[in-house]
Amino acid sequence: MVSVNRSTIIEAPIKNVWDILRDFNDHYKWHPSIEKSEIEKDKGSTQIGSVRNFNLIGGERIREQLLSMSDIDYCLRYTVIQSDISLKNYIAEIQLKPVTDEDWTFWSWNSEFETPKGKENELSELVAKEIYELGFESFKKKYNSNNNVPIRSNLNSREGDLECSAIILNQFGAPEQLQLVKINSPAPTANQVRLRQTAIGVNFIDIYCRTGYFNLLTPPGILGMEAAGVVIDKGADVTHLEVGQRAAYACPPLGAYTTVRTLDAELVVPLPDYIDNITAAAALLKGMTAEFLLNDVHSLKASETILIYAPAGGVGQILCQLAKDIGATVIGATSSREKADIAISVGADHVILPSEKSLVDQVMELTNGAGVNVIFDAVGKDSFSHSLAALSPCGHLISFGQASGDIGDRDISSLSSSSATISRPNYVHYTNTKEKVSKLTKRLFEAIKRKIVKINIGQKYPISEVARAHSNLEARNTTASSVLICE
Amino acid sequence: MTRVNVSSVINAPAVKVWNQIRNFNGLPEWHPAVVESFIEGDNPADQISCIRNFRLVDGGLIRERLLALSDYDFSCIYSILESPLGVHNYVANLKLIPITDGERTFAEWSAEFECSSDQEMDLIKKIGQDVFQAGFNALKKRFQ
Repeated sequence: MVSVNRSTIIEAPIKNVWDILRDFNDHYKWHPSIEKSEIEKDKGSTQIGSVRNFNLIGGERIREQLLSMSDIDYCLRYTVIQSDISLKNYIAEIQLKPVTDEDWTFWSWNSEFETPKGKENELSELVAKEIYELGFESFKKKYNSNNNVPIRSNLNSREGDLECSAIILNQFGAPEQLQLVKINSPAPTANQVRLRQTAIGVNFIDIYCRTGYFNLLTPPGILGMEAAGVVIDKGADVTHLEVGQRAAYACPPLGAYTTVRTLDAELVVPLPDYIDNITAAAALLKGMTAEFLLNDVHSLKASETILIYAPAGGVGQILCQLAKDIGATVIGATSSREKADIAISVGADHVILPSEKSLVDQVMELTNGAGVNVIFDAVGKDSFSHSLAALSPCGHLISFGQASGDIGDRDISSLSSSSATISRPNYVHYTNTKEKVSKLTKRLFEAIKRKIVKINIGQKYPISEVARAHSNLEARNTTASSVLICE
Repeated sequence: MTRVNVSSVINAPAVKVWNQIRNFNGLPEWHPAVVESFIEGDNPADQISCIRNFRLVDGGLIRERLLALSDYDFSCIYSILESPLGVHNYVANLKLIPITDGERTFAEWSAEFECSSDQEMDLIKKIGQDVFQAGFNALKKRFQ
């Protein structure tokens, strides 16, 4: 019999940690060694006797059965009932205990099992390192990025904390779940910066995070990826920003809906004089998106004809203006005459209204039957098939959002009828280093300075009216960018 | 039955912390609330059922019996025989668990007892904060 025992401290209340761990099926959501897991035979994932069936990243299949679970003792036990790894009589236990003086959690993970002779060390190392230790590490990372509300109340605030107002999402759901509260913003660590924010960008991704469609936040938490303000203090290792300087960011982790924000300085950029904070909060995320779509995902040429969905929207307006500057022919597809006028005003050569006549027919008429070379589509489900049909041979469909829903499973072999290329870029991968952000913002700021791009702020709301900002954006009652203003 | 449970993380390996606290007669060495202590009848301090007799800084006298001591589990269980606290059937457990990632220790100190209901909240605070947490704070400072 071999026994393995590993333990750690999670700097979070036991209730929050247990809420995540007690779902027997959801361990794959935070454990990097586990591919998607399923509970067999429609049982519940907290039901004693239920069996989870999963693959390890290496491909090995494992079936494990939940033996016991106690919400009183914060404890669960499970056993391996079938495995490609030779573990016999494997019984594991996850046990949490509260660390009462810090409001943290002690987590012990242990097991006993038998192995083939001579394999004892190898297999106990595997379980200890690849399952338990790696699990602890990933859980902490995931938890920290998903739970960005400082847990400390004013009663036990720490030295250097700064009280501020923040919008907390209490649980996934409607805009009414967003609530204005007081929190403490901690002093920056060595590589962090603390900003007093004056303007916060509202983006469609905020809605996905609010409803739980994207798994980027575990409520209660603070939404928001984009804001601008003034540096009030910074860590010793931060060299590219100065106290008193205006700066902005558009990056994960979430947590921008607050009047003071402490975050890693790496992706925070200083703002030039000709870009005010509200413009920065309206422009950074959408502008960097437009820049990497037109330069990195596809290198747009003057000879190309492109189709842009939602050309009056935040990203759409910037895409139109930048594409026109490159010299491309721009067709916009929108939902109303008013939005069509806006699209024309930002440079679209043609605007079509798919609600009046088939999108594909109109594109073919405008291109003499050739179709368009590139399509920028953030609509998703409702537009995907039309988009494919409107592409010219060897065209490029760039699907960068799903405002109408997920596009679902698609058949790649059908693309051969037009040799289409499909890209599904993720914002994070194009903006996750200082170098990438610096390159994109340099181009964007230059375009704003040279008036190639005019940033239109369609809607401004006081931070307290964030629910209204979300409702309007969700109902597609907005144009250009929406910004929250901190009073 | 009233239950008090206080726990903490101490920045030292469990063996080290245990060496500091395993001496049933050693409270004055590390606990700020205890000034003097002796084992009754000249028994060794690690003999199960020995009685420690100690005085608190405020002058109160307490007698406690060692019920269980395990170097293997880093655990010590004792009961109160006599005290000014007004508790009955008081059994406490001071226990350490090694934290395998990093040289740290999870320390847990809990007690179960009976008392009059009007004193309950006061006793929970007194035992939990002034005795258990004060002890942990002293250990944390010592092993900073």
